[in-house]
Amino acid sequence: MAEKIKIEICCGTTCYMLGAGELLKLEEILPEEWREYVDISAVPCNELCNDPKNLHNAPFITIDGEVYANASLEGVTNILVEKMQKKGGWDG
Amino acid sequence: MANGSERMRREVMIRVVREFMEGTLEENIDRLPILVRPKGSQPSRCCIYHDREVLRYRLLALMGYEPADDVDESRSLKEYLQEAMASDELPPHPITVCESACNGCPNSKINITSNCQGCFARPCMFTCPKGAITVENQRATVDYAKCIKCGKCLTVCPFNAILKTTVPCEEICPVGAIRKNAEGVAEINFNRCIFCGKCFVKCPFGAILERSQLLKILYAIRSGKQVVALVAPSAEAQFPGGIERLFSAIVKAGFTDVIEVALGAEMTTENEAREYAEKIHDGQKLMTTSCCPAYVELVRKHYPDFLQYVSTTPSPMKYAGKIAREKYPEALNVFIGPCIAKRDEALHADEIDFVLTFEELGAILSGMKIDIMAQEPWPLPRPASAKARNYMKSCGVTEAVLDDLMQKEGFENFQLHTEFIDGIERKTLGRLRMCASDKSPVNFVEGMSCTGGCVGGPCSLVK
Repeated sequence: MAEKIKIEICCGTTCYMLGAGELLKLEEILPEEWREYVDISAVPCNELCNDPKNLHNAPFITIDGEVYANASLEGVTNILVEKMQKKGGWDG
Repeated sequence: MANGSERMRREVMIRVVREFMEGTLEENIDRLPILVRPKGSQPSRCCIYHDREVLRYRLLALMGYEPADDVDESRSLKEYLQEAMASDELPPHPITVCESACNGCPNSKINITSNCQGCFARPCMFTCPKGAITVENQRATVDYAKCIKCGKCLTVCPFNAILKTTVPCEEICPVGAIRKNAEGVAEINFNRCIFCGKCFVKCPFGAILERSQLLKILYAIRSGKQVVALVAPSAEAQFPGGIERLFSAIVKAGFTDVIEVALGAEMTTENEAREYAEKIHDGQKLMTTSCCPAYVELVRKHYPDFLQYVSTTPSPMKYAGKIAREKYPEALNVFIGPCIAKRDEALHADEIDFVLTFEELGAILSGMKIDIMAQEPWPLPRPASAKARNYMKSCGVTEAVLDDLMQKEGFENFQLHTEFIDGIERKTLGRLRMCASDKSPVNFVEGMSCTGGCVGGPCSLVK
């Protein structure tokens, strides 16, 4: 697989409070053999949470440039499985 | 996110701080329940109106009230806010039950379901320590006069046919302080409560509310008062970017200065080691730690005979408060930690004026749009020692005190027999009684209310 899947976890204080603190455990919970295919980083606030209507959608996570709201460890893992299968670099 | 109750609690705090920062809190506080649960949104309880009702009490608790204070329900939240902020009084208890949020969960009971096959081996019958289970007409039945709800039968049934209904708050409370009253609503008996916060974490209906001091602190900062933050060692693992960045963020939020409570822990270690050496020298059988307020409260309220063994050395919080008072005699001292019981300890401590939790601090920074990761690290005048910072974990206190003790004359070969209370549970009192018996070799007891130590605290951000 040529390119790594780029995962950016928003660690602005709001996202961190509302679940990103748990998302940072992603690297730990991923199976050993997945790790070389993903690039996980903690990024500063993307200001999506500033809109009061958006607050209940935090935490936000960006995967390969696409923003996902209400991110959870389970949700992110599912997205990763899909992406990996699509890219064909992983036979599951 | 652990659950929806935790999420709602944090979301409401963030909204309140945002309004405060905009200068619109008084104007908008009565709108907040509606903004959080607008018409057409999905309710979390029976309907959005019930949700809004509970949100009203959540907001009142954020101001420091308990639901019983809401005598006149037609009174606006704005009036309550103005009244609360004009008063110097602090809530007498750190937690309260929100009656309208309490589910009045069905009484604890062992139920045999239709999964029961009336099997030949009948492990439930053989396992039951009270002989409460018999099998009639190919179906197990429970004699409730004998059943003690221990749940042993649940674990042995090959068909998962036995279920236990529980009242989560009653089940988790280690001291029997929370019980359903005659109306079927949970009620806390403060003569028994040790403020451990286990019911607050456990209640699936979010019915246990903290009576917060958050708004009082924000008002004090805005009024131009000096406010010093005393940050507990467990902050290290709770916020992104390390404590130096966190400290910069706290100062940016308007605090005058930040002091590591671990510096107080260094003083606790030194004095506790000296006290221990003296007491052992005087022939005292054992000593137990005094830094966890819920543990000390457990001894005080439920095993007063053990109180003679509790160290009289002040906790790291109190020493850190002294450091702050020397440096800023006029300032208000705010302890910031993951703990509910510290609120009670602080009420009786001259050195501490307010207590904030990590959740509340997070809400302040979030509401003020202060990004911790984007801060420059704060230049610590002197970082606390690693041993002192380790107070946040179980065994950390013992390690620090023991290290100090071993350097004392006559204690080089001292045989330490430690008992660790790593999380208070129902059996804890029994364990303490065993430690106190003449036959027990135990000479040092470390008491921590939360499993894993302070890092496992009820108001920690990341568990």
